[in-house]
Parts: sequence; structure tokens; C-alpha cells
Amino acid sequence: MLLTNRSKVVSKKEMTLSEKLYLPAIATGLGITLKHFFQKKATFSYPEVQREFAPVFRGRHVLKRDDQGAERCTACGLCAVACPAEAITMIAAERKRGEEHLYREEKYAEKYEINMLRCIFCGLCEEACPKEAIFLTDRITTAEYHRDTFIYGKDKLVEPIDQRVDVSLRGKPSGRD
Amino acid sequence: MVYCSPWLTEQSFFKEDFTPAHADKFLFNLAPGIAMFVALITGAAIPWGGTLHLFGTDYALQIADLNIGILYISGVVSIGVYGIMLGGWASNNKFALLGAIRASSQMISYEIGMGIAIIAIVMMSGSLSLDEIVRQQAGFHWNIFYQPIGFLIFITCAFAECNRTPFDLPECEQELVGGYHTEYSSMKLGFFMFSEYVNMFISSALMASLYFGGYNMPFIDQLGLPQNVLTLLGTAFLFAKIFFFIFFFMWIRWTIPRFRYDQLMHLGWKVLMPLAIVNMLLTGGAILLKNGL
Ligand code: SF4
Ligand code: SF4
Repeated sequence: MLLTNRSKVVSKKEMTLSEKLYLPAIATGLGITLKHFFQKKATFSYPEVQREFAPVFRGRHVLKRDDQGAERCTACGLCAVACPAEAITMIAAERKRGEEHLYREEKYAEKYEINMLRCIFCGLCEEACPKEAIFLTDRITTAEYHRDTFIYGKDKLVEPIDQRVDVSLRGKPSGRD
Repeated sequence: MVYCSPWLTEQSFFKEDFTPAHADKFLFNLAPGIAMFVALITGAAIPWGGTLHLFGTDYALQIADLNIGILYISGVVSIGVYGIMLGGWASNNKFALLGAIRASSQMISYEIGMGIAIIAIVMMSGSLSLDEIVRQQAGFHWNIFYQPIGFLIFITCAFAECNRTPFDLPECEQELVGGYHTEYSSMKLGFFMFSEYVNMFISSALMASLYFGGYNMPFIDQLGLPQNVLTLLGTAFLFAKIFFFIFFFMWIRWTIPRFRYDQLMHLGWKVLMPLAIVNMLLTGGAILLKNGL
């Protein structure tokens, strides 16, 4: 029984004289190479030219602030629980009086780290978050020289107040409308 | 393996020059030098153009018009294998040694076919001087029309001699890391790489001279140009041919995958060598017939 229609019967017949000579095959091959020489290239010279990402592309995370500029994350840990790669760790702290403009909820993440070498960019943290605090964006995680620098802390994850990250570029996260 | 000159320059000058602890220091340093030296001195016997007449003196555009030019080149080319062999052996590394063994057996095997293919040319022209062979092809009497099989054998062997794809077994990355230059870095690796390029250039020049009329351009004599202009045009035309062959080397590289080792030996000993001998016999027969037995 055939599971798929893709299997091919292998034939081990003797090569004909023209096949043994290699030359016709080489000439055909050279022709194909030359044809591709004049075709549109499939490559881009990155980083000058960058490829467009698909709308569903899931890249580097961002921890969002609300409209007043306070961090949305409440250190509930649901993202860390949802994460299949166990890439997220955090330490929670209680908001002090006078810090209302910094943190939206009474409890906040004092330390929040994502290990980008573990992360598989599945987007489950984004789905798990009840506070709409974490999103995956259309930005890429850059290459680094050392492993430690792949552990992104809050300095790299929280969006700067003056440079908000547009998360709508990626389209709506799945499960929400 | 290596594609562009910026890469080569960067590799050669800005990288650490490392010598492995167990390597034979003297031979390890000597080998790239031999490879480079041998690659460069072959250029002396190739006629790069006709004669320039400047200020009452004639200047031949050839460093040395040896009357045994071809013999000199094939002799020097076969010394080139020492550079690779010593490099691989002195590295004290099994991949390097395997690469060197492959390189030397391959180069020795293909030299035979190449030599016999050249003999047919020598029989036709009756001279071992490259300049003489080129001059005999003046007009449109290029040897390629009389020796197509010989040319095919020659070009295949040239690919093997230069260790270019599809015969780049001595440095095949998948099996041997880098082959004979696994342990080399910096300028010494640069020398090995560069000697490969020089070899490619020289064999392109040889192919152009032996089979494609060298610096001769067809129908140029009818324009009535002065001698010096003709010479310069001829040199330009020779370089155009050389560049075409270099492009062909790259073109083949983009197209054909590497041979298996037994296929390589089979092709060299059981196909190219008998074919070359048949070609030589046929040429001899044709010459006999032409001269009226
Ligand atoms: S994208 Fe997936 S793997 Fe990465 S941190 Fe979020 S849940 Fe974990
Ligand atoms: S990012 Fe969202 S899910 Fe994760 S700890 Fe903060 S609020 Fe909870």
C-alpha cells in the first residue's frame, strides 16, 4: 500500500553512452546555471536591504506600558507558566506609595528576564498574559558575542516611554479579537 | 571554497598566524612558499603578446622565449604538488595528510593525460616554443579546430590540476575539514589560496595560447593598423580569452558537484589517458597522410 503518491521507483539501468560521456549533462547544467545568472536574485544584501516579514512573524518581545506610561505587567507569572521553553523568570515586588506613575498594578515585576537562547518564539506568553503586558513584535533578536547578553532584562524588554513599540503591526494575537 | 578577493585580503592580513605545536616548523613554513613560487614562475614562458616597437627597439611581450616553453611549464607545474604535499604532511594532522595524499595522486594522474594531449599539439606544430605555436595559429587556424578532443582532455586535466570543482577532493570540506590547508591560517593560507588562483589564471592563459590562438585575432591584419596597435590589441584579445576561461572555471564551479574519489581515478586513468593516446595516434596518422606517407 502506498502512503503517499510521492515515492519513486528507483531504476538501476546501465547508463547509455551519452550519459556515460557526461558532456551533454554538463552542457545542460551549464545552461541552467547561465539562465539563473540573469534571473532575479532570491537573496537580499542584508542589512542594507531587509526582507518583509509576514504579518504573523513573531519576533523579539516587548513589555508594554499603558497610556500614562506605567508598566502594565503585574508579575502574575502566567507567562512563565505558559512558556514551554521555560525561558521567562521574574521577581515580584510591591508598589510603594508615590510609584503609581511607574507601575499600573499594586504588584510589579522588579526583575523580568527572558532567555532569548531558550525562547522558541511560540507566542504563548503573549496569549497567557491577562494584562496585555507582553507582546511579540516584528523586530528581530540580534546576534551577540556572549551568551549572557542573550538574557534580556527589563532594560531591553520594557518599551521606552518616548519610543512606543507598535504591536498592531503583527496583527492581533491569536485567541483575541 | 573561497570566492572573493576582499575575503582573501581580510583572511590574509588581519588574522592570527598560527603554527600548530606538533607541526614540522620548517616544512610548514616552506610549503606555501613553494606553492606560490611555482605558481608564479610559470608565467615567464607564456607569450602575452607580439612585439612592441618603441624608440627603435623591439620589445617582445614575453619574459623568456624558451624553445622548450611547454616542457618548462609542465615541469614546473608538477613541482607544484610538492607545496601541497609538504603542507599536508608537515601539518601533522590526519585530515591535512589525507588531503595531501589525494592532491598528489590526483595531480600525478591527470598530468599524464594532460601531457599526452599537449604532445599532439607539439606534433602538429613541430615546436616546443609557446610563441612559435601561437604564431602558427595566425589567421583563423586555431588548434581547437584540429584538436577538439585534445582540448577537452586538456581542460578536464586543467581543472584537476588546479584542484577546482568538480575535482576539488584535496580540500573537500565535508570530509576533510579543509584538506591540505586545514592547519593553515593568515598569510600562509592566503598563499595556498592565491596560488590556486594564479594556477587557474596560468592554465587559462595556456588554454588560450595552445588552442585558441593566443594573442592572434582573426581578420585583424586586413584592417591595416600599425604594428604597435596590433600588438596591444592582440594582448587585449588574449586577456579577453583568459577572462572567458576564468569565467568558465567559475561557471563549472557553480554547476557541477564534486566527483567521488574512485570516479576521479577512473576518469583519469581509464578514460582520459587512453583517449589522449588515441588522439595522439590519430594526429600522428593525419600528419603522415598529409605529408604523403
Ligand atoms: S514566546 Fe514562547 S518560548 Fe518565548 S518566552 Fe514566550 S512563551 Fe516562552
Ligand atoms: S507579562 Fe503578563 S503574564 Fe507575564 S507576569 Fe506580567 S502580567 Fe503576568
